[in-house]
Amino acid sequence: MRTEQAAKRAAKPALVRVSGLRKQYVQRGAFSRRKFVIDAIRNVELEIQPRCLTALVGESGSGKSTLARCLAMLEPPDKGEIWFEGEEISRRRGKELASLRPRIQMVFQDSAGALNPRFSAAEIIAEPLEIQRRASGHALHKRACELMEEVGLSPDWANRPALEFSGGQRQRLAIARAVALQPAFLILDESLSNLDLITQAQILQLLSDLQGAHALTYLLICHDLTLVKRVADFVLVMHRGEIVERGTRQEVLGSPQHVHTRHLLSSVRDLESAFRDVQLGAGS
Amino acid sequence: MKYLERRLVHGALLLISVSVFCFLFTDLAPGNFFDEMKLNPQISSDTVAALRSQYGLDRPLPVRYERWVESVMRGEWGYSFAYNSPVRGLILLRAGNTLLLTVCATFIAWLIAVPLGVWTASRAGSWTDRVCMSSTSFFLAVPEMVVVFGLLYFVIRTHALPSGGMVSRGFEQFGFTEKMIDLAKHLIVPVLTLVLASLPVLVRHVRASMMEVLSSPFITAARGHGITRSTVLFRYALPAGANPLISLFGLSLAGLLSGSLLVEVITGWPGLGPLLLEASVSRDLYVVIGVVMSSTVFMITGNLLADALLVAVDPRVRTE
Repeated sequence: MRTEQAAKRAAKPALVRVSGLRKQYVQRGAFSRRKFVIDAIRNVELEIQPRCLTALVGESGSGKSTLARCLAMLEPPDKGEIWFEGEEISRRRGKELASLRPRIQMVFQDSAGALNPRFSAAEIIAEPLEIQRRASGHALHKRACELMEEVGLSPDWANRPALEFSGGQRQRLAIARAVALQPAFLILDESLSNLDLITQAQILQLLSDLQGAHALTYLLICHDLTLVKRVADFVLVMHRGEIVERGTRQEVLGSPQHVHTRHLLSSVRDLESAFRDVQLGAGS
Repeated sequence: MKYLERRLVHGALLLISVSVFCFLFTDLAPGNFFDEMKLNPQISSDTVAALRSQYGLDRPLPVRYERWVESVMRGEWGYSFAYNSPVRGLILLRAGNTLLLTVCATFIAWLIAVPLGVWTASRAGSWTDRVCMSSTSFFLAVPEMVVVFGLLYFVIRTHALPSGGMVSRGFEQFGFTEKMIDLAKHLIVPVLTLVLASLPVLVRHVRASMMEVLSSPFITAARGHGITRSTVLFRYALPAGANPLISLFGLSLAGLLSGSLLVEVITGWPGLGPLLLEASVSRDLYVVIGVVMSSTVFMITGNLLADALLVAVDPRVRTE
């Protein structure tokens, strides 16, 4: 059902369209002038449909996070184009880029590191509103408390330091901060990876609710194919800096075409059977 | 509050321990102030023994320590054999001169180090950063003594500045502005030496601390909200990276009395340096102990201030 809805939405113009995207990192030798060029992403082509959850999967070091940072314009790509809401954004700098920031937001994996340790919960959520001068004074605090309530956190905790919250609560804070500016596109960079299964399910429910309320489009960067099977509308598979397979969830996970996708799926099956063996061993 | 109370108790215990060790070590050192008198044929051994007895040097160590503690309580801080006066007056006079020198140097060094460290961290890897880091490496490798001799050589060759001392001859007859200018001219060489000696360490600490913070995800998140570069550096990164710098600032305060001794001796600055050197050579026991204890008080106060600042600025320390 979800895939049918996704197919209907796919008929609409893409929210994000990327073509020929490339990002290289140059590393210098410690004791020599030799330079090492690392192709983090190369020739990436993709489309992200509005109001859908697109999952970006791939092994560690395949370039997923680099792609995410390029899409969020936290790192300028070396080559290629990024089209967002019909406008090319990859060459934007300064004020032009600052005006775009509220529309694309990112939630990071390390919820403890992503929140300023000196700020209270309310200050963390109010931070983007203050930076973009959307509110000030009492109105700012009130809006932060409303957002806390929206993500399922009690406004009574508004003055508690961020580090006093649990991992799941911190991720809720990060999500509240990300949606504060009413973005159209939210990138979740391994945001569910460090959470237990129950908290993961709660956060996924929250993301689903927020998608309904704010017409959000998600890009979920994830290792967990079991999770992707449950929530994704579309799937992109990344390998060595390139998108090697794309399509709806059923297309990619049901009948994988690329050898790397098949490899990823088989490793999930191996892991599942290994877990079963361990459980059986423990039972006997 | 309990945290600071605990630190105060630690400080008091440290002060007592240092005073005990000072007495023990000075007692272990061979000879005393009156030993040189024995070489003088005009002074009889009875006179020397009488003097030793008068100043209590013939008493056992615990008795001498007890007398010194009583003297500290009276505000005398012991008695100088060479100056024939209480130690407190001698140290306070010289400490004022030392503090004038070191406070100026510390203030200037931090004033340069913080913006320079932040700036180099924000441009890490660029050629300006490399030039800056090479310069700091150079000044780290060059001993303070070489720097001060280099500056003195330049000053003597060019006659641009006074080459030593604290004031010029006839200082008392100068007007207020002339006095200030004269003092400032005398301060330049020792202050510049101290700044060049401490600046590389400070710049490198600020830079390292900032670089660590600038790569934190919360800074990336703030950049993602459209924050300006200067706000990121000075409102987000600098406070977040301040903890090691506050500790370092505490150490700077701790070194206010003891950090300039060598430079004072070389440039003839009438601070604690020359006093300590004279007192050590002549075994003027209570002056040495007085200077060491004053430095310890500054060290404890500096660290205590740093701890108080950490509690004030970092909620994580309050939580601990």
